[in-house]
Amino acid sequence: MSDLDAYRAEARAWVRSNAPESLRGTSGSGPFEGYWGGSRCEEADPDVLRWRDACIDKGWTAPSWPKEYGGGGLSHDQEEIIHAEMKAIGVPRPVAGQGLAMFGPVLLEYGSDAQRAQHLPGIARGEVRWCQGYSEPNAGSDLANLQLKAERDGDEFVLNGQKVWTSHANLSDWIYCLTRTDPNAPKKQMGISVILADLATSGITVHRIDLISGYSPFCETFFDNVRVPATNLVGTENEGWTIAKAILGHERSSIGRSIARQPGSAQREVLSRARKHLGVDQGAIPDALIRDELASLGMLEEAFHLTLARIQQSAASGTPGPEGSITKIVGTELKQMRFELGMKVAGTQGLGWEGPGFDDEDLQYTRDWLRSRASTIEGGSSEIQRNIVSKRILGLPEGNK
Amino acid sequence: MSGREAPALLLNDEQQMLSKTAHEFIRDRAPAARIRTFRDSKDETGFSRELWNEMAELGWLGLQIPEEYDGLGLGFFDLCVILEQSGRELMPEPFVSTLLLGTQALLLGGTEAQKKALLPGVASGEMFVTVGYEEAGSGGDAANITTRARKSGGGFVLSGEKVQVLDGHLADRIIVSTMTSDAGCTLFLVDPAQTGVSVTRQFRIDGLNAAIVRLDEVPVGSADVVGALDGGFALLQTVFDRAAVGLSAQMLGASEQAFQDTIEYIKEREQFGVPIGSFQALQHRAVSVYTELALTRSVVLAAARAVDDAPDDVPRLASLAKATASETFMHAAKEAIQMHGGIGVTDEHDIGFYIKRAQATYMTFGKPSQHRQRWAELHGY
Repeated sequence: MSDLDAYRAEARAWVRSNAPESLRGTSGSGPFEGYWGGSRCEEADPDVLRWRDACIDKGWTAPSWPKEYGGGGLSHDQEEIIHAEMKAIGVPRPVAGQGLAMFGPVLLEYGSDAQRAQHLPGIARGEVRWCQGYSEPNAGSDLANLQLKAERDGDEFVLNGQKVWTSHANLSDWIYCLTRTDPNAPKKQMGISVILADLATSGITVHRIDLISGYSPFCETFFDNVRVPATNLVGTENEGWTIAKAILGHERSSIGRSIARQPGSAQREVLSRARKHLGVDQGAIPDALIRDELASLGMLEEAFHLTLARIQQSAASGTPGPEGSITKIVGTELKQMRFELGMKVAGTQGLGWEGPGFDDEDLQYTRDWLRSRASTIEGGSSEIQRNIVSKRILGLPEGNK
Repeated sequence: MSGREAPALLLNDEQQMLSKTAHEFIRDRAPAARIRTFRDSKDETGFSRELWNEMAELGWLGLQIPEEYDGLGLGFFDLCVILEQSGRELMPEPFVSTLLLGTQALLLGGTEAQKKALLPGVASGEMFVTVGYEEAGSGGDAANITTRARKSGGGFVLSGEKVQVLDGHLADRIIVSTMTSDAGCTLFLVDPAQTGVSVTRQFRIDGLNAAIVRLDEVPVGSADVVGALDGGFALLQTVFDRAAVGLSAQMLGASEQAFQDTIEYIKEREQFGVPIGSFQALQHRAVSVYTELALTRSVVLAAARAVDDAPDDVPRLASLAKATASETFMHAAKEAIQMHGGIGVTDEHDIGFYIKRAQATYMTFGKPSQHRQRWAELHGY
C-alpha cells in the first residue's frame, strides 16, 4: 500500500465518522457547494456549523494551505483525496466559495506575508467572505479593457469606477479588484493592478441585478472616491494581469468541478421528470426520441466525469493548466443540455412563472433552466475558453477576433 | 461510475513505453498511404504479412493471450494501447478479425483443445481466425440470421451465407453463427478448406479486407462447437463488447491522427496572406474536436480497463465507448476534409481515407443509436 493509499484510508475513516448524517448525499461537494460564511451569514443548520468546526480543527477547510494560515499543511494529492472522500458520500465542503477556491490560492502565490497573515485565516475559517471585482460594463470577454481607476495618493489608493457581475457582493465582506493604475500603458494588459477593498469602506455601493430567471447572485458595485491603504496592492503595481489570469485559471477549473455534481445525477434528474410528465411504458420512456436524447445526455455525463477523474489523476501539481478550459466548456454545455431536455419532457407544464396550476418543483426547474443560460457566459464565455484552448493547447496562430 | 470509484485511467510506465514504441514503428513502417497501394495493385493479401510477422516477434499479437498458449499474458488494456496506435495509420492488418473477434471468441468460449490448437498460432502471427456473423438480410442485427446447423449423426451440417467476413479471404478458421433451434444460436469453428465452403473476396471503401463465405452442407463435429450449444448469442454479445472496445481504441487513434494532421495543415496553409488556422471560424471548430477527443480517450480507457478489472461494467462502458468514439471519429474525419479544402477530397491526399474508415467503424459492432438504446435499457429506461 502506498503512502497515498494509506492516507486515503485515514481520510475516509475520518470523513465518515465526522460528517453529519443529515448532510450526506446532499451535495456534489464542489468548491462552491457548502458553507460560504462571512460576517453577514446567518447559517441556521447546526450540522453545517458542526461540520465546519470539525474540519477547521483539523485544517481541512483548506487542506493544502500552510498550517500558520489555518490550513492543514498537506500536499495537493492529499487535498484531492480529502475532497474525493467528501464527494464520495455527498457532503458539502465545510467552507466553500471564491475566497477558498480562487482568491486564497492566488494570495498564497503572489501575496505578501502580511497579506497572507491578514486574510487567509479568516477565509479558512469561513469568517470572511470574498467576492471578485473583474468585469465592467465595457470589459466582459475583453476583460483587459477595464477602466476602474486606482490613483496613488500618499499611502493610499483612490478607487473610482464600476464593477459588474460581482457575484454575492451584497453578502461579502471584501472584494479583490482589477484596477487600472496606469491609463497610459502601451498595451491594455499592462497598467493593471490587483487591489483589495473592505466592502464596508465609505464610497462603495452595491446593487443587485435581476436575471431572466427572476433572481441572481449578481451585483453591480460602484466605487466613488474609495480610499484603501496602499498595502492592499497584491503583487507588483501595473503587473496585475498575470495574477488576474491565475485567478481565472482557478475559476475555470472550479466552475468545471462544481458543475460536476454527483455522477449520474443529470441522467437521473431528467429521467424522473420524464417519468413524471410522460409516464412509463413497460419500464421505458414511451417516447423513443426522448429516450435517445436522454441516453446521449447520460453518456456525455459519464464521459465528463471520467475525464475529470483522468485530469485529476494526471495532475501532479495543484496549478490548473489550460485543460481546465475544456472542463468549463463541456461542463456548462452538459448543464444546458440537461435543462433543455428536462424542459422538453415537461412540455407546457414547464411554462409557469409563478402561481396556480404549476407545482413548486416545475416552477423551480424552469427558473433553473433560465439561470443555466448564463453558465456558458459567466467565468469566461465558451468562446473565450475556445480561444484559450486554440492558442495555448493547439498552438494555432492568433488572428483577428 | 455512479457510486463507484473512478477506474485508473492512466498508462503505467511500461504501457507508455509500449505506446511510444508502437507509435514510432507504425508511423515509420505502416503509413496510411499503404491503403491506396494495396487497393491499386489489387494485392492478393490486402495487407503486409511481413509486418504482421514482425509485430508477432515484438510480442504485440500475443500481448493478451495467456502464457500457456505462448502469449505474454498481459491485459486487454495493454492490447488497446497497440490498437490505438494501429488506428492512427488505419492499418489494414487483421487486428479486428484475428485479435478482437477470433481471439476473444476463443478466450471466452473456446474449449481447451481449440485454444491449444489456435492461440499459439495467433500469437506467432501464423494463424488468422475470424468470426462470420453478418448476413445480407440481417440489417445489422447479429440475431437476425438464417444460416442453419442441422443435426446429423454425432455432429452438424451447416448451410447459409455470411457476408463481409473480415479477412475471410485468407482466414485459417472462421467461427460462424448458426441457428441450431428456433431461438438458439450456436457458434461453430469452420476450416475454409473443408468441402462445401466457398470464399469470395469483397472490396470495401475502408481498406479492410473481407469476404463472402458460403456454407453448402458443411459437416462439422461437436468438437467444433465454440461455447455452449444454443448459447451463441450470449457469447457473441460478450465478444462484440470487447471487439467494440478494441475498435474504439483504434478509432481514438485514427481520430487523433486525422486531427493532428489537420491542425498542422491549417497552421501552414495560407489564404488572404495569413495561415487559415488564425481564423476563429476554424479555431473554434478545431477546439470542439479537441474536447471530443479528450472525452473519447477517457471512455475508451475506462472501457478497456473494465474488460480486465470489472466485467460487470463492460456492457455499459463498451456501449459508451463505441457510441462516443464513433461520433468523434466521424466528426474529426469530416472536419479534417473540410479544413483541408479541395485537396481533402482528392484521392491523392491521405486524409480522405479517414472518413472511409470512420464510416466503416461507425457501422461495425453497433451504430451509436443502437448503443444508446442499449444504454437506456441498462439504466432502466
